[in-house]
Amino acid sequence: MISDSSMPYSAPTLEPGEDDDQLLRVSLGPQHPSTHGVFRMNVVLDGETVVSLKSVFGYLHRNHEKLAENMTYLSSMPYTDRLDYICPLTNNWALAHAVEKLAGIEVPERAEFIRVITAELTRLINHTAFMGFILGDMGAWGSALMYAFREREKILDLFEDLTGARMMSNFMRYGGCRNDLPAGWADRCSIVVNDYGPFLDELEKFLVGNEILLARTQDVGQLPQKTLINGGITGPMLRAAGVNYDIRKVEPYGIYDRFDFRIPLGAKGDCYDRIMIRFLEMRESLKILRQALDQLPAGDYIHPKAKIRNFKPPVGEAYARIEGPKGELGFHLISDGTVNPFRYRIRPPSFINLTLLEDMCLGLDLADVVIILGSVDIVLGEVDR
Amino acid sequence: MIFATVPFPSFTLESLPQLPKLLVEWLLMLVGAPDWLVSIGGTAAMAGTVVGVFLSAFALLSLVERKTLARIQNRLGPNRAGWFGILQPVADGIKMLTKEDIVPTKAEWLLHLAAPILIVVPSILALGVMPLGREWVPVNMELGLLFFFSVGALTELSVFMAGWASGSKFPMLGAMRAISQMVSYELPLIISALGVIMVTGSLRLSDIVVHQGDFYFGFIPKWNLFTPWGFAAGLIFYIASIAEANRCPFDLPEGESEIVAGHMTEYSGFKYALFFMGEYLGLFAIAGLGVTLFLGGWQAPLPFLGWVPTWIWFFAKLAVIIMSYLWIRGTFPRVRIDQLMRFAWLCLIPMALLTIPAAALWVFTGKGIVSWVVTVPLLLIPWVILTILFNKRLAPATRTYTFADS
Repeated sequence: MISDSSMPYSAPTLEPGEDDDQLLRVSLGPQHPSTHGVFRMNVVLDGETVVSLKSVFGYLHRNHEKLAENMTYLSSMPYTDRLDYICPLTNNWALAHAVEKLAGIEVPERAEFIRVITAELTRLINHTAFMGFILGDMGAWGSALMYAFREREKILDLFEDLTGARMMSNFMRYGGCRNDLPAGWADRCSIVVNDYGPFLDELEKFLVGNEILLARTQDVGQLPQKTLINGGITGPMLRAAGVNYDIRKVEPYGIYDRFDFRIPLGAKGDCYDRIMIRFLEMRESLKILRQALDQLPAGDYIHPKAKIRNFKPPVGEAYARIEGPKGELGFHLISDGTVNPFRYRIRPPSFINLTLLEDMCLGLDLADVVIILGSVDIVLGEVDR
Repeated sequence: MIFATVPFPSFTLESLPQLPKLLVEWLLMLVGAPDWLVSIGGTAAMAGTVVGVFLSAFALLSLVERKTLARIQNRLGPNRAGWFGILQPVADGIKMLTKEDIVPTKAEWLLHLAAPILIVVPSILALGVMPLGREWVPVNMELGLLFFFSVGALTELSVFMAGWASGSKFPMLGAMRAISQMVSYELPLIISALGVIMVTGSLRLSDIVVHQGDFYFGFIPKWNLFTPWGFAAGLIFYIASIAEANRCPFDLPEGESEIVAGHMTEYSGFKYALFFMGEYLGLFAIAGLGVTLFLGGWQAPLPFLGWVPTWIWFFAKLAVIIMSYLWIRGTFPRVRIDQLMRFAWLCLIPMALLTIPAAALWVFTGKGIVSWVVTVPLLLIPWVILTILFNKRLAPATRTYTFADS
């Protein structure tokens, strides 16, 4: 817990094994309907008020980093799909980006465009699914989720055409992409992109016009900017608090400097701002998508000299990061000149965003904890790796 | 020759629900049973009819709810068992009956066993005093309304029993929530019914229905809902009944996204099914009371529809109310406990209290034009003031967002 003088509430905590007449120790998870997977929170409650909250992770630990150090660079590409399984294509890109930086590989222009298009589509599905999940956490079990998933499915159909799989795409390669866009894909993508705006308008109208939603999310789970920055929080959660930090603008990678888009900023950083910032980001993503689909050039989808088999990057070290839908997604690779990385390290946004959970929840109700956890937008595959 | 001595009583479509009772009485008289046995047999048959009707309605509703929610959520819902999933309740019942009955080691087994039974019994008892048709009042009790509320309060006990006896923490939290919610919402529920008692001058539910029998101008039914005080009280009753029945958006005692299943977390198999059943029977009871108090019970909505058997009207109105509950469940998120309590104590109870003087003035000024002029401002002005105060202090604001320059 990061200490901060502006903490709203402090109360006696309960040591393990100690019992108290007033306080109730509850273990939320790992089997719980709204912990978004196998996440566990050891909560101490005073009535319904959260007095202490300790996160327990690791139930989905799959030893991803160590496994990757014992395989070739390409072999760990399919494993990155399983990190954040809602948005595999950005994970693919992050690893490809890191390897390209390590080995100094050029990426053809068309491949960059394909990457931007798939990444922004991924951002759309992530934020759309987020809207459904957070409404589920609020108790509107299913209604928003099913409509969100209906739209998500249209994009997943596109992904299936492109990569062969709805979710486990395994699409990026060093120096480009695995295959070119299928015939007519760009036109189908344009249709989906053009239909997405009206859907967002409708969803936003229904969600934001609902007074219960406003009452449940406003002034819940906000933290001062300083605490968020010190905690390493990135992504929509940080921007909802008004910090202008988006890697697409701060340290443009790929071809993001060619597109015209803006970074929406919130003021308070509560759960409501986090929802609204994601709505606005989706609209900006649509803008990027339209531009990218208009300008899509012909050419190679992978660098002709990119070496796939027996790939040995030079000795060295590289950290490359992209703006994933959930925040800064970075891969740190150290090469010793062999086919396997010497060190392979991921900076997962959900894991780091989750570290401030206790600070956000103290003094609030148990019902708020669930919404705050939902507003952080975690995927346990990425948290536990 | 004995057959000739006891002719089978005649019955019409109107008194069709009486058929089991008449049949049992006739059979008993046929074999020459004493009068007290005939009376007991008839009453048992009557009770059996009510239980049977509402249990089939429960089975039907469990399917209709899933289907309706599915359509709201852009799904198909159960459609495998039988035609359009019509056999789904049967499949559910078989599943529930064959499941293992788990009692946690830390549970108080007796209370754990008694709680699901205790939630079903009061709901059936409460349904017993309901006038389901002109000639179909299972128990025409003089203090029917009082009986209904006192029996209905028992369900809170069983919910708390379930939460306490499970020896687990999520049920405990659910029970805590249930007690505070149900006690708070019982107040506006009962207070909003007081106006009806004052106007009718009787606690007998069938009297209350008969009192709403006439029509204004020959086509607007004289239901309590179509009076200023009745409209306000009916609305309050409707909101409070949703909370009392633990329905969304006031389903905090179950609160599946927070406390798993609340007081039902540690129940499985048929005990869980009994909770499910008790909840739906309670829903029927509370919605049925709303229909009786404010929507004219079994009265026909238009004068020329008087030929339709009255019990059809009662069940039609019940269906409308329950479908509105389903609609709300499909569209709203859940409120938080402090918002729930604030809403009850700051909004519902003051407004419910105001319906009492409004109902008194309505009777005092002779239920005419003058009454409308007097009672409408009495209710409307405090409501507007309350709304303004509430919005000023507590209403959430809409926000605008900026974009970064770079």
